[in-house]
Amino acid sequence: MKKGKGMKFVGDSRISADRTLSRIPKDYSEYPGRTEAFWPNFLLKEWLAGSVFLVGFMCLTLAHPSPLGGLADPTNSSFIPLPDWYFLFLYELLKYKFASGDYILLGMIGIPGIAFGALLLAPFLDNGPGRRPHQRPIAVIMMLLALASTVWLTYTSASHVNWEERAAMDQPTPPNSVEIDTSHEGYGLYEASCLSCHGDALAGGAAGPSLIGTEHTAEEIGVIAREGTEGGMPAGIFTGSDEELEQLVDFILTVNEAAAE
Amino acid sequence: MLQKIYDWIDERVDITPIWRDIADHEVPEHVNPAHHFSAFVYCFGGLTFFVVVIQILSGMFLTMYYVPDIENAWRSVYYLQSEVAHGQIVRGMHHWGASVVIVMLLLHTLRVFFQGAYKKPRELNWMVGVLIFFIMLGLGFTGYLLPWDNKAYFATQVGLQMAEQVPIIGDELKVLLAGDDEIVGAQTLTRFFAIHVFFLPAALFALLAVHFILIRRQGISGPL
Repeated sequence: MKKGKGMKFVGDSRISADRTLSRIPKDYSEYPGRTEAFWPNFLLKEWLAGSVFLVGFMCLTLAHPSPLGGLADPTNSSFIPLPDWYFLFLYELLKYKFASGDYILLGMIGIPGIAFGALLLAPFLDNGPGRRPHQRPIAVIMMLLALASTVWLTYTSASHVNWEERAAMDQPTPPNSVEIDTSHEGYGLYEASCLSCHGDALAGGAAGPSLIGTEHTAEEIGVIAREGTEGGMPAGIFTGSDEELEQLVDFILTVNEAAAE
Repeated sequence: MLQKIYDWIDERVDITPIWRDIADHEVPEHVNPAHHFSAFVYCFGGLTFFVVVIQILSGMFLTMYYVPDIENAWRSVYYLQSEVAHGQIVRGMHHWGASVVIVMLLLHTLRVFFQGAYKKPRELNWMVGVLIFFIMLGLGFTGYLLPWDNKAYFATQVGLQMAEQVPIIGDELKVLLAGDDEIVGAQTLTRFFAIHVFFLPAALFALLAVHFILIRRQGISGPL
């Protein structure tokens, strides 16, 4: 059957179904080669290939839980930004002299633009009749070069990163949902002496660790408040009376008890 | 029984031609791994679509818990990972699927390229495929921000700085993406969420539909 521009289509709706012959498709022996019906024969085999793929994929997922870093902190100035791995080659490209500084546009738009533009327009750039790789050496060589440089840039970029240290620096800490009892008599003392470093929720900050989950006893907390810690908190931060110190320690321990529940 | 239901529907809407288009066609010998094992390279496209389906399904389940706001985004992901039954697996599938889909897309692209399968009359389908590749990269870029952790935040900040450097439209482009010309914050997160969940998938579905219709119309390229 010929329609349109004389192209032959197989199993196409433009070959109008012959209603008198019910829906029995054309006999497959009419087609050359060892063809196979897509439905259901070939699809069953495809399911098999898909299942094997799915098992592999699920093994990957179960063996490596998806990472989650710490809650984004815009004031963190020591964090080195890094994109997802499939953007690393673009990121690495911008480190070269000819692709950064005054030439940033070349590195950011020029080179990737030419590469991706050529990929998009490949059928028109490589418009000869031959399909075999050796019949179109220029296109094949260009592709191999682009591929090799992409792999190389990705590898260089990734090999400079200490992934373990990066992951260790960016651990997720459980969200702090503790209700702070601001009517507690020790809260005012905490606010005056400790809050600037340990945060308004006792969760710690850039200058001081979290006070929630502390393993120190009441006496030890009292000593640390007055004398600091070795190499950490300086001495003499808390300057109130012994009675006030007791209230402060009680406040910290109360919050800890609430958090433990 | 099934036949009766089929006939009942077919009488009214004439679905047989549609059915013939979708499923009733011949698979040529040269793409069938049962005959030539090396034909497994023809599986890459189908597997890419398979991963896309995984992404769509797992993403749909993720939005049941995810909250796109800077106060709760990270907490909702943390809760999903640590408290919700199978939450870690579903998020893991979406996380790893995002990488695997890029790998499969690359393999599929290379198969088509080195076989010269994009030559006449399949130029249009190749271009649609490359556009799908770009959409996927966009999905990767916007999805990376959503957990709102440090690596997401700072990577996005760099990405937006780069968008700003684009000549002529740079500033507008940055504001379009970030919602503000200075702050990467609440507006940025909701915009990236909308782009990731509505805009790009819509474009992806349209392009995928064109991609598949073209394959069915033109058939698969012949053996080399």
